[in-house]
Amino acid sequence: MNSPIFRTVAPFLTSLMLLFSLFVLLRGHNAPGGGFIGGLVAVAALAIHGAAWGVETVRRAIVFHPLSIAAFGLFLSCIAGFASAAAGVPFMTGLWVTVHVLGSAVALSSVMLFDLGVYLVVVGALLAIVLALEEEEGV
Amino acid sequence: MAASSVIDVSAALAAGPATAAQWLVVLPAASCLLLSAVLVMLWRQPRLQQLLAVAGLAFLVLVDLLLLRQVLATGPVTMVMGRWLPPFGIAFTADLTGVLMALAAALVAFVVCLSAAGERETSGRGDGFYPMLLMLMAGVSGAFLTGDIFNLYVWFEVLLIASFGLIALGPERAQIDGALKYAVLNLVATTLFLIAVGILYAVFGTLNMADIVMKAPDLRETAPLVTLTALFLLAFGMKAAAFPVNFWLPAAYHTPRPAVAALFAGLLTKVGIYALLRVTVMLFPPEREQLEPLIATVAVATMLTGGLGALAQNDIRRMLGFVVIAGIGTVLAGLSLGGPGGIGGALFYALHSMVLMTALYLAIGEAGRIGGSFSLAALGGLYGRHAGFAGLCLCLFFAASGLPPFSGFWPKAMLVKAALDVGAWWLAGAMLLSGFLLTIAFGRVFLMAFWRPAKETAPPVLALRWQAIGPLLLLAALVVGFGAFPELLLRTVQDAEITLDNPQAYLGSVFPQGAAP
Amino acid sequence: MEAWFSLLAGLFFAAAVYLILSKHLIRTLIGIVLLGNAVNLTLLVAGRLTREVPPIIADGLDRLPGNAANPLPQALILTAIVISFSLFAFLLVLAYRAYRVLGTDDTDRMRFAEPVDEPAPPKGY
Repeated sequence: MNSPIFRTVAPFLTSLMLLFSLFVLLRGHNAPGGGFIGGLVAVAALAIHGAAWGVETVRRAIVFHPLSIAAFGLFLSCIAGFASAAAGVPFMTGLWVTVHVLGSAVALSSVMLFDLGVYLVVVGALLAIVLALEEEEGV
Repeated sequence: MAASSVIDVSAALAAGPATAAQWLVVLPAASCLLLSAVLVMLWRQPRLQQLLAVAGLAFLVLVDLLLLRQVLATGPVTMVMGRWLPPFGIAFTADLTGVLMALAAALVAFVVCLSAAGERETSGRGDGFYPMLLMLMAGVSGAFLTGDIFNLYVWFEVLLIASFGLIALGPERAQIDGALKYAVLNLVATTLFLIAVGILYAVFGTLNMADIVMKAPDLRETAPLVTLTALFLLAFGMKAAAFPVNFWLPAAYHTPRPAVAALFAGLLTKVGIYALLRVTVMLFPPEREQLEPLIATVAVATMLTGGLGALAQNDIRRMLGFVVIAGIGTVLAGLSLGGPGGIGGALFYALHSMVLMTALYLAIGEAGRIGGSFSLAALGGLYGRHAGFAGLCLCLFFAASGLPPFSGFWPKAMLVKAALDVGAWWLAGAMLLSGFLLTIAFGRVFLMAFWRPAKETAPPVLALRWQAIGPLLLLAALVVGFGAFPELLLRTVQDAEITLDNPQAYLGSVFPQGAAP
Repeated sequence: MEAWFSLLAGLFFAAAVYLILSKHLIRTLIGIVLLGNAVNLTLLVAGRLTREVPPIIADGLDRLPGNAANPLPQALILTAIVISFSLFAFLLVLAYRAYRVLGTDDTDRMRFAEPVDEPAPPKGY
C-alpha cells in the first residue's frame, strides 16, 4: 500500500502490538488472555507491517519460515506434556518451578511453556496463510 | 498459585504415579505430534525427514503392539490428562476395539511411508508429506484411543487438517478440484458432529464416554436420545462415506498421488466407522436398535452404490473409490444387525478393509505407472510382462470381492450368517449381490488391464520398482495370512465386541473407585 | 432465555444451509463460517445461560461465585472457534487457489476431477 501516513505509522503500531501480544500471553495464566489471543494479536501486527512494507520485509524480519515457527511451537507444547513423565505424573500435568531472578521470585511452569507453544503455533500457522494471501494480491 | 488454594481438590486428582502401561495409551498420539513438529523443522533435509518418519512409524507400530498386549492381559487401560480425574479431566482409554484399529492404522501408515519413500527416490524433492503423514497419524491414533467425546472431535479436526494438506499437495487441476470438494464436505461433516456433541452436552452435562454410559439409563425416558443418535449417525456416516452422503469420496480419492490415496482409503473412512461403533454400540445401544431399519437401508444402498459405481467406471482409480464405499456398506450392514456376529463381523471387516484398501490403491497406482494409464480402455499386457505382480493383484481383487481363501471372506461369511440368523435375508442378499458386482468389476480389470495383450500403439510396459512391491507384499501377506488362519483375529474381534457391547471393564478402567464423584 | 437463543441458532442454521447450497464457492464458504457460529451458539445454550457473571475467580477469592456462567461450554467454544478458524483459513486459501487455477468459482463448472465426457468402460475384450 502506498499511503505515506500508513507507512509511517505501521512500524510503531506493529511494535506496540507485538509488545501487547507478549503481555496478553503472559497474563493468560490467571486472567483472560493466553497464547491463542496473544498469537492472533502478533499476527495482526505482522500483517499490518506486511500490508505497509511488503511481504518480503516481514519474511526477513521473522528470520525463520512461518511454518517452522509453528512447528517449534508444537514441539514446545508436546515437550511441556512429556515433561510430566520425568515427574512420574500423568501426561500434561502442570509442573511448577520457582526461580529467583534479581531478588524476585518468578514462577515458571510447564503450563506456561505449553502456552508459549500455542502462541508460536498460532503466529506461525496464521502468518503463513496471511502472508500467502498478501503475496497473491501482489502488493 | 498451583496447589495452595483453600479448596481440597485431591479427590478430583489422580493419586499414585502414572504407570508405564498408562503412558502407552497417550504415547501413540503424543509421539506422532511431537515427531511431526520435528519433521516440519527439518524441511530442508528430505533424507533425514524420510528416515525419521519411517523410524517413527515403526515405533508407533511397536507401541501399539505393546498396548495390545497390555489390553489383552489386563483389560482396558486409562490415563487421565493433567491428573484430573474423569469426568472433569479428559481421559484416554484404550479398549480392545480401539487398540486393534490403532494397530491396523499404524501398520498401514508404516507401509505407506515405506512406499512413499521409494516414490521419493525418483523425484528427490522434500515437501510436507512426512510431517503431515505423522500429524494424520496423531489424529487417527488419538481418535481411536480417546475416551472423551469432545476430544474425539478435536482429533477428528487434527486428522482433517492433515488430510487437507496431504490431498492438496500438488499442482494439478483435478487435484485442486478434488481437494476442494473433499475439504468443504468433510468440514461440514465435522461441524455436524460438533452439533451432536453440543446436544449431547445439553442432555448429559458430561462428555466423558464412560460417564455417559452410566448416566444414559436414567435419562432414557425423558431425553431425545434417538434424535441425538441419528445426528451422530449422519455426521459419522458422512465421514465414513455412507449413502447418500458419500459422493465426496469418488470425487476426491483418485486425484492425489497413490501413496496419499492409499492412506486415505485405508484410514479416513474407518475412523468414521470406529466412531459410529463407539457411539452407537457402546453409548446408545437401545437407540441403535430403534434405528436398525434406517441403518440397514443405508447399508443396502451404500453397498449397491459401491457395486454399481465400480462397474460403471473406466478409470480404475475411480473404480476403487466405489469399492471403498461398497466395503463401508458391508460394515454398516454389520452395525445394523448388532450382536456378536454383526458387530464382530463389522469390526473384522473394517480391519480387513484398512489393510486391503491401502494395498489395492498401492497396487493400482503401480499398475497405472507401469502401464502408463489408468484407463481400462488403454491398459493391457501387464500379465505378459509381470506375471507375479498380476498374481499378487489377483489375490487382492479376490480379497476385495470377498472370495475365499482371503481375509475378506471370513467377516463377510460372519455377516451373512448373522443376517440369515435374524431372518434379514434381503440384507444377506444385498451383501452377496454387492460382492458379485465387485467380482465382475475386478474380473474385468484383470481381463482388460492384465490378461489382454498390450495394444500395438500402447507405450511399452515399464519395469516394477521393488520400493513399491516390497511394502505391497507386506500388506498382501497380511491379507493372505488372515485369510488362511483367521482364528486368532476372529477370537480377538469377538472379545473386542464383548467389551464394546458390555462396557463394564471399560467403566471400571475409567472409574476405578466405582461411581463418579 | 434459552428458547430465544435456540431460535436464533436455528436462524443461523437456516441461513448457513441456504448459503452452503449455493453454486458459488464463496457463498458456500461464508455459509460454512455461519454454520460454525451457529454451532458455537448451540454449544453456549447447551451449557445453560446465566447472565452477567464471568467464570473468573477474582483476586482474594478461591472459588467461583454461585451465579457465575458455566465455564465448560466456553472452553469448548473457544476450542471450536480456534479449530474452525484455522480450517476456514486453510479453506479460504484453497478456494482462492482453486479460483485462480480452475478459472471459475461456479461449482457446476468444476468438473476437472470428474470430467463430463469420461468414456464408459470398454464393453468387449
